[in-house]
Amino acid sequence: MDASVKRESLEATRVFDLASTPLRELNSALHAIGPGANDTNFEVVNPRGSHAVAVGIDQPVSVDVRGSVGYYCAGMNDGGTVTVHGSAGPGVAENMMSGTVVIEGDASQYAGATGRGGLLVIKGNAASRCGISMKGIDIVVQGNIGHMSAFMGQSGHLVVLGDAGDALGDSLYEAKLFVRGKVKSLGADCIEKEMRPEHLQKLGELLDRAGVKNVRPEEFKRYGSARKLYNFNIDNADAY
Amino acid sequence: MCGIVGLFLKDSRLEPQLGQLLSDMLITMTDRGPDSAGIAIYGPATEGRAKVTIQSAKPAVDFADLERDLADAGLPARVTVKSTHAVIAVAAARLADVRSVLASIRPHVRIMGAGDSVEIYKEVGLPKDVVARFDLRSMSGTHGIGHTRMATESAVTTLGAHPFSTGSDQCLVHNGSLSNHNNLRRELIREGMAFETQNDTEVAAAYLTAEMAKGKDLGEALTTALDDLDGFFTFVVGTKSGFGVVRDPIACKPAVMAETDQYVAFGSEYRALVNLPGIEDARVWEPEPATVYFWDHEKAA
Repeated sequence: MDASVKRESLEATRVFDLASTPLRELNSALHAIGPGANDTNFEVVNPRGSHAVAVGIDQPVSVDVRGSVGYYCAGMNDGGTVTVHGSAGPGVAENMMSGTVVIEGDASQYAGATGRGGLLVIKGNAASRCGISMKGIDIVVQGNIGHMSAFMGQSGHLVVLGDAGDALGDSLYEAKLFVRGKVKSLGADCIEKEMRPEHLQKLGELLDRAGVKNVRPEEFKRYGSARKLYNFNIDNADAY
Repeated sequence: MCGIVGLFLKDSRLEPQLGQLLSDMLITMTDRGPDSAGIAIYGPATEGRAKVTIQSAKPAVDFADLERDLADAGLPARVTVKSTHAVIAVAAARLADVRSVLASIRPHVRIMGAGDSVEIYKEVGLPKDVVARFDLRSMSGTHGIGHTRMATESAVTTLGAHPFSTGSDQCLVHNGSLSNHNNLRRELIREGMAFETQNDTEVAAAYLTAEMAKGKDLGEALTTALDDLDGFFTFVVGTKSGFGVVRDPIACKPAVMAETDQYVAFGSEYRALVNLPGIEDARVWEPEPATVYFWDHEKAA
């Protein structure tokens, strides 16, 4: 075997068929990857709605999931790139630290919940509570999002090309929300804010990273915290 | 946490497979609730005939000579025994008499459901065991719903298992918990409804039965349920010809639906749907909060 063939085989994609392989083998293999490893391409077939597919990645691996997944796909991702060629169940990319997660279809409730970093792209719609308690993650949803999205969002960005459901940004801290379509209602202490040049620039950069074409940052409105509920004030009791 | 499934067939060629498809869907949901399981199947109705599904803790005693004893009591019937359950088929005009005759000749049997087409089978135990016990795979029908239970608020018993049936050919399965069921039960009792358990879901089923008795169709009853029921719920409901789904406005209980030219399917999770024919090309979506979804064989025809 000459060197080039050997190198190619080392970098070959490892395929896990979840119809015949236990999920734990996939996740163990992902966790066994060390720094600087070459064999970082994974493919998962027949996920059939399995829970916890590709959770706990902590190396820059690339995982392509061919089909739809259940609860908590790509949870705690730290540096990996996970693409789901289907839809995702509740809690996709929950508590992501860094890296990229792309959902080609729709995502169920609390996508990107508590995420601290990285980029989550949902090409379809996201259900309720998208980005709940987000703490630094960037989320780009190309369709609509459901109610109570970005609830108590602390930092990071939520970009929505479609419409937002009820109570967007309720009890928001410093997460920045950009919505291109209609917002059904704003949550307590969430207000529309001025779109300044630095916001347009950041939004352009996020759309670019998410691979969104033919959509201009100027088409969005920005929403953020009115900062009235940070500390308890008896005069605001009705708003809590 | 509970697992619920439903399948409403549009293509009659799939009807012989209804029990098989629904059983597989339910077994896939086993880890959402291993306490008890049940299935309601709407089978072929026979003109002029009705049936009652009963359950007994001592089937060997209660079901022995039941057909003869019913005849002796003036109620000609055909009895089909399936494990702890039996289906009593009678002339439709005599359906109302079954309950009173049973109360005198077999006071310990429980009525699971009654109507022109519904049969309801439910027991404590895992879905796979319940499916095998009642040979549910062999059943055919137009639509059906199933439930696997993780009890949170009332006893793990046969009567506490779902589906709940409180009216002719009506049944309901529930994932969630209601917070105003005690008040509502009192109001419904005042309106004349009878209850078998302390279970919250039975109240939801009885509420829909009472509303439909006032003239609402299933879709309309589900719409007012959104105002009158407080708590968490994803409901899947069956009537003789209809199939409905509704989630509370908070919608934290999971739900996935799929529709093709051949069927409408419901699952607590997508996993429950993966073995359905043509699922790869189905329209798959998450039902919206506080939105009634409703299909009807008669209205579609």
